[in-house]
Amino acid sequence: MKKTTVTKFLRKFFPYILVIAAFFICQSMIAAGTMPRTTKSLLIPVCVYIVMAVSLNLTVGISGELSLGHAGFMSIGAFTGIVIAAYARQALGVPETVQLLFAIIAGGIMAGIMGVLIGIPVLRLQGDYLAIVTLAFGEIIRNVLNCIYISLDGKVLHFSFNRPDLPGKLLFRGPTGATGVSRIATFTAGFLLVLFTLFVVINLIHSRSGRAIMAIRDNKIAAEACGLDVTKYRMMAFVTSAALAGMGGALFGLNYSTLVPANFSFNASILILVYVVLGGIGNITGSIIAATVLYVLPEELRAFADYRMLVYAVVLIAVMLITNNQSIKNFLETLRERSREKSEKKGGEAA
Amino acid sequence: MSETVKRKSDTKMVPFPSRAIVPERDLGKRPVLECSHLGIDFGGLRAVDDFNLTIGKTEIAGLIGPNGAGKTTVFNLLTKVYQPTTGTIMVNGKDTAGMNTVQANKLGLARTFQNIRLFNQMTVEDNVRIGLHNQIPYGMFSGILRLPPYWSGERKQHEKAMDLLSIFHMENLADEKAGSLPYGAQRRLEIVRALATNPSLLLLDEPAAGMNPKETEELMDNIIKIRDQFQIAIMLIEHDMNLVMGICEGICVLNFGKVIAKGTADEIQQNPEVIEAYLGRQREDEE
Repeated sequence: MKKTTVTKFLRKFFPYILVIAAFFICQSMIAAGTMPRTTKSLLIPVCVYIVMAVSLNLTVGISGELSLGHAGFMSIGAFTGIVIAAYARQALGVPETVQLLFAIIAGGIMAGIMGVLIGIPVLRLQGDYLAIVTLAFGEIIRNVLNCIYISLDGKVLHFSFNRPDLPGKLLFRGPTGATGVSRIATFTAGFLLVLFTLFVVINLIHSRSGRAIMAIRDNKIAAEACGLDVTKYRMMAFVTSAALAGMGGALFGLNYSTLVPANFSFNASILILVYVVLGGIGNITGSIIAATVLYVLPEELRAFADYRMLVYAVVLIAVMLITNNQSIKNFLETLRERSREKSEKKGGEAA
Repeated sequence: MSETVKRKSDTKMVPFPSRAIVPERDLGKRPVLECSHLGIDFGGLRAVDDFNLTIGKTEIAGLIGPNGAGKTTVFNLLTKVYQPTTGTIMVNGKDTAGMNTVQANKLGLARTFQNIRLFNQMTVEDNVRIGLHNQIPYGMFSGILRLPPYWSGERKQHEKAMDLLSIFHMENLADEKAGSLPYGAQRRLEIVRALATNPSLLLLDEPAAGMNPKETEELMDNIIKIRDQFQIAIMLIEHDMNLVMGICEGICVLNFGKVIAKGTADEIQQNPEVIEAYLGRQREDEE
């Protein structure tokens, strides 16, 4: 009896345990000085992409809507974060940790607001149409960012559209993006953000609202007949997902000294979607593992230069085949049943 | 057939406001449903025409008719899946004009579907909990932050869900995936889920379809039990005449979108127009 409670506990908290364990392994490796510099530089982007994948999984896996514009929300978070961090440093003079905190919160709020604005027209659609319109909005965000100029003059922020002649120091200049950003992102902040994302997404799924979101995914007509406000819950998933992406984006933006809107193109959205699909749609742990492996793999394969993308492609195809192969699935199912029988037998003997 | 006779309700049907009839015990109570001159056009087709019906507070009503008569369309009109072209629908004395499905549900209409619509990837218990969604609410932030409303809400939902599942003795299936249940159990689960929304009128679209005779017998007992326990009205579409004639107090016969007869089981069985349109044809088939 006790054993089943332990396994239940482990299953419930597995994503957290996985992330915490990985964090401590990385930290001890850094402390011991055994981690190569190249790997060390990947830690923060990996955290960001885990956040991106888990948050996109909320839209794609839990809410069942194929969104192709996730990088758009990431870019909003990134550039909001950069501007807010600079403002907090120069105008408020707060320490770096607080700058980072402000940046992440502001990035989340801004992306959340954009999520609401984009969600209103987009969530009237379904299926392929929704996918195409989110793709369009992702591109629209990038193109609008190309025209925006933001400067900081003393304690005042100036905005303009297509006019670079602003007073003070330019923080963000349209197509050339943000340059000279102070890199205040830390691995610990990334780790905490991943935990926060997991906390929000997992608790949301296992609550009344999360069940409503999944019910609408499974059968919209029946959900309406049960009195569920479909638009409200689709919007809840979409906006939560966008806000988390914005937070991840803010951390991402503060990890590089230069960032341009072109970084957040359609390809970036697809990259995140690949993590979600390969990790298993609706599977949070899968998203974490897929984002980590698939982000680190091509970077670590740089040594093989010419064959890098080839190996990457082969891995993608192999994962796809293996996770969809019926005989492998059956094999795993028998293993699971066998272990269940064993535990039941033990439970019976104990009783 | 003997089962049917034993079960046949001896409710006396009396006129309600002038034309309509309801069970005698519901006289003087506000009827749960009043439709007048309800109609809908699909393009040039008049799918339902001049549909008038009053259902008493605790009545079990039947809606029968040949295939394509417009029975499910009536359900879709009542639950606001379609907006009627003409006529009015009053639920518990409130006009439902301009409402949507969600509002109709909150007003007290719950339904099941002819082609089962469960949340297949969710567990049986979670399906019922969706029905309880508006009955036992707590906010999104309580859910994410695990505040006290979450814990008390979840506990209440669990208790209520188990309570409702026990009507059909399905407590032991609570953790199964709804999509993996056998057909009959899926139909029963749909009824439980509809019941969880605390309706005053439960609309059942072919509840016995795909059930074996024994399951149908149990279903008949359970429909009566639900009516007595929850004091609600139930309206059902069904092709199984044993079930309809056995438990329905008021029966309405629909053919080509028009009501051709209304009355008790005996009256319907003896109505020449009904025999010609529906029962008569079926009897010929059987011979």
